[in-house]
Amino acid sequence: MSGDNENQVRNEVRAWLEENWDPNTGLIEWRDKLADSGWGVPHWPEQWYGRGLPVAFNPVIDTEFERIGAVGVAKIGIRMLAAATLLDCANDDQKSRFLRRMLTGEDTWCQLFSEPGSGSDLAGATTRADRDGDNWIINGQKVWTTSAHHAEWGLLLARTDWDAPKHQGLSFFILDMRQDAIEVQPLKQMNGHASFNQVFFTDAHVPPENLVSTIGNGWNVAMTTLAHERRGADALRRWGKVSDRPGRIYDEERAEVATVMEPYKWYPQRAGRVDLVWPRAIETGRISDPTVRQEVAKLLMLSRTAEWTAQRARAAQEQGRPQGPEGSLGKLASSHVARAAAKVHTLIGGADALLKGADGALNGTIAEILLSVPATSIAGGTDEIQRNIISERVLQMAKEPRMDGGPFRDVPKNPTRER
Amino acid sequence: MQFSFTDEQAQFRAVVQRFARDKSPTTEVRRLMQTGEGFDREVWRGMCEDLGLAGLHVPEAYGGAGFGFVEVGIVVEELGRSLLCSPYFGSSILATSAILHAASEAQKQALLPSLVSGKKIACLALAEASGQWNCASIELTAAQSGDGFVLNGRKNFVLDGHVADVVIVAARKPGTSGLEGIGLFVVDGTASGLQRRALDTIDETRKLAELSFNEVSAQALNDTGDAAAAITRTLDDGAIALANEMVGGAQALLDCVVEYAQIRMQFGRVIGSFQAVKHKCAEMLLDVELAKSAAYYAAQARAENDPEVSALASLAKATTADAYMRTAIESIQLHGGIGFTWDHDTHLWYKRAKSSEVLLDDPSYHRERYIALQEALA
Ligand SMILES: Cc1cc2nc3c(=O)[nH]c(=O)nc-3n(C[C@H](O)[C@H](O)[C@H](O)COP(=O)(O)OP(=O)(O)OC[C@H]3O[C@@H](n4cnc5c(N)ncnc54)[C@H](O)[C@@H]3O)c2cc1C
Repeated sequence: MSGDNENQVRNEVRAWLEENWDPNTGLIEWRDKLADSGWGVPHWPEQWYGRGLPVAFNPVIDTEFERIGAVGVAKIGIRMLAAATLLDCANDDQKSRFLRRMLTGEDTWCQLFSEPGSGSDLAGATTRADRDGDNWIINGQKVWTTSAHHAEWGLLLARTDWDAPKHQGLSFFILDMRQDAIEVQPLKQMNGHASFNQVFFTDAHVPPENLVSTIGNGWNVAMTTLAHERRGADALRRWGKVSDRPGRIYDEERAEVATVMEPYKWYPQRAGRVDLVWPRAIETGRISDPTVRQEVAKLLMLSRTAEWTAQRARAAQEQGRPQGPEGSLGKLASSHVARAAAKVHTLIGGADALLKGADGALNGTIAEILLSVPATSIAGGTDEIQRNIISERVLQMAKEPRMDGGPFRDVPKNPTRER
Repeated sequence: MQFSFTDEQAQFRAVVQRFARDKSPTTEVRRLMQTGEGFDREVWRGMCEDLGLAGLHVPEAYGGAGFGFVEVGIVVEELGRSLLCSPYFGSSILATSAILHAASEAQKQALLPSLVSGKKIACLALAEASGQWNCASIELTAAQSGDGFVLNGRKNFVLDGHVADVVIVAARKPGTSGLEGIGLFVVDGTASGLQRRALDTIDETRKLAELSFNEVSAQALNDTGDAAAAITRTLDDGAIALANEMVGGAQALLDCVVEYAQIRMQFGRVIGSFQAVKHKCAEMLLDVELAKSAAYYAAQARAENDPEVSALASLAKATTADAYMRTAIESIQLHGGIGFTWDHDTHLWYKRAKSSEVLLDDPSYHRERYIALQEALA
């Protein structure tokens, strides 16, 4: 990226914002403007609400938005994964029907991939999509679906061919969630929150125009979604970055973020809250205990080296170089950090770490860390699966012999659960 | 030192195990978690009257059965396995041990029979806001007043403190510090000036309370004048019992996850056929068995009044707490997502492992104490 280009983009976006930004417009009205101008998603193609700029310019543009206080497109939540997936894999009709309302935030999306019987083995999905004339009829069950209870649309991975090998019998659909044939039940976690749902389909409908890509190509589409998820396209990292300024549009944005972020309230805790370790060690006086000092030091060193490893991976990406092995290690490293952090928080807090709510340290945050950390080494691919990926793909070691080849119909699978 | 259980002990275990399994399926544990008392009075009655568990290690002179700590270890291991919710640990172990170690003959006669029969529940109020179970950190004061005492201060993390009819309180003479001036006192659960509040804890299978004392009248428990030594012995008993309870819980988790690994399919095979999973289970077994050795050895040493018992209590508490936590973490991990849900039972044991890790002090404290006691011997 040349400095000249960067300045040119900076000047352009600055000029556009100065002319158009008005904190008293409605949120959707403003985002419609962003979609028309291409400044909401500048790295998207011009034809689809973007400006075709390299991703590398995004930080420059973000800075200009922040400088003037302008609100962006609806960036958080599954809708951004859905957008990225449709952009890569959908046809123009689908793009024109769905993308704009994702950016404006008018539609909420959910991701219907994991099933009770298939988690690590996502391609083992047994939710079925059967032909009924031109339409598709959906039966089965999904689980761990965030936002399903208020989503308008879902990204659905379902089996359309039981005789094809596992990965080739899947298709990818856009599912209208507002039908009686879909039942959504909250799924409560061990930390007491209910951030997810179980979703049951009994003859739910999908019209033919909502098949994404081709029949049997669902796995590749789902992999596209997951690749974006790993890159953080759902932007959960921007946690809490909402303006506290007064003004109609800010009020609307705050309300939107509060709704979308509600299920994720405990997410910072699941990563272990390393940021709290030092202040807690000081405030409790435990920092004078030699054991505590050692454990805190170990954790902080681990956490910083993990952070630098992630930054090396990002730097390579930004320079357009292929990522080295460091790019595949972040997830596993964060599991180690989270577990170590839970241990250190227990060491510092002692019995106090047990107490929840108003009784507990930091209003129960420490207790919530202890009950949330186990998710880190499971969600988004377990540690064991990460290690398989690292050894087989990064280290290029011999693959585990497969026992799930041949027609999917004949592959041993979990019994489907009764409701 | 005896390294296996006798036939009688094995039979006794089978009886307790059957009782605990019948009375404490996880549906029942979950029901009791939601109640204020946290246990079932009828089950408690059965434990005390039918099985005689509350007085197991209490001499016959006070209505007990006169057994030793190996039998106590068996009981708590089985209760820990099934997470049976009861005041056994708070009343029959901690408070009863304090009375046995500190009280005068007349006090034992007065207090123990009703605890043994289960008519009354007692608790030991020792730790305070600092969350430490030792004499030096006690701040609650006991001032002489007539032929009794008046208590002022606050106790925290009191096991079964929310329901106790009798409260055994560790307190210090005003103006003293360290191990000096420590005494044990008896307070009636309904005494005026005593306020109790159940704490909101992550382990709802084991209730903890905060007790505040405002000019509460009490009787001195010890007539030996050396409550610090009695408290140490009580805490050793507690640590040994807790260690045995923990191995029961850890074994339950291991059994459950090994069974699951042999049923759960991914990639066309049971997950238990992946070496990554098998090796983890093998390590868990190693952890659990080492922990059992520690817990059993300590219980035996206590039964034989081994002079090294304090160090062994610390060894057992530290070893089993770490093993239980690791087993709990890996049990959730090997269950995958379902292990993180509320409806799946694994988290009940995970939470019990967490509370056991820090109650009666954490593993790092006990490792330090172990070394300090070794140094003192050398
Ligand atoms: C908090 C949380 C949030 C989640 N959010 C989402 C979400 O937003 N969207 C979504 O689709 N899903 C989500 N999930 C589901 C998650 O992706 C799955 O739980 C996870 O992939 C594991 O699948 P599983 O639960 O079926 O466990 P299983 O796959 O049954 O795994 C059980 C155990 O077997 C091990 N195992 C499995 N295969 C192998 C192998 N080949 N080698 C070695 N070990 C193996 C696993 O590591 C695990 O320890 C979430 C889960 C949690 C806990």
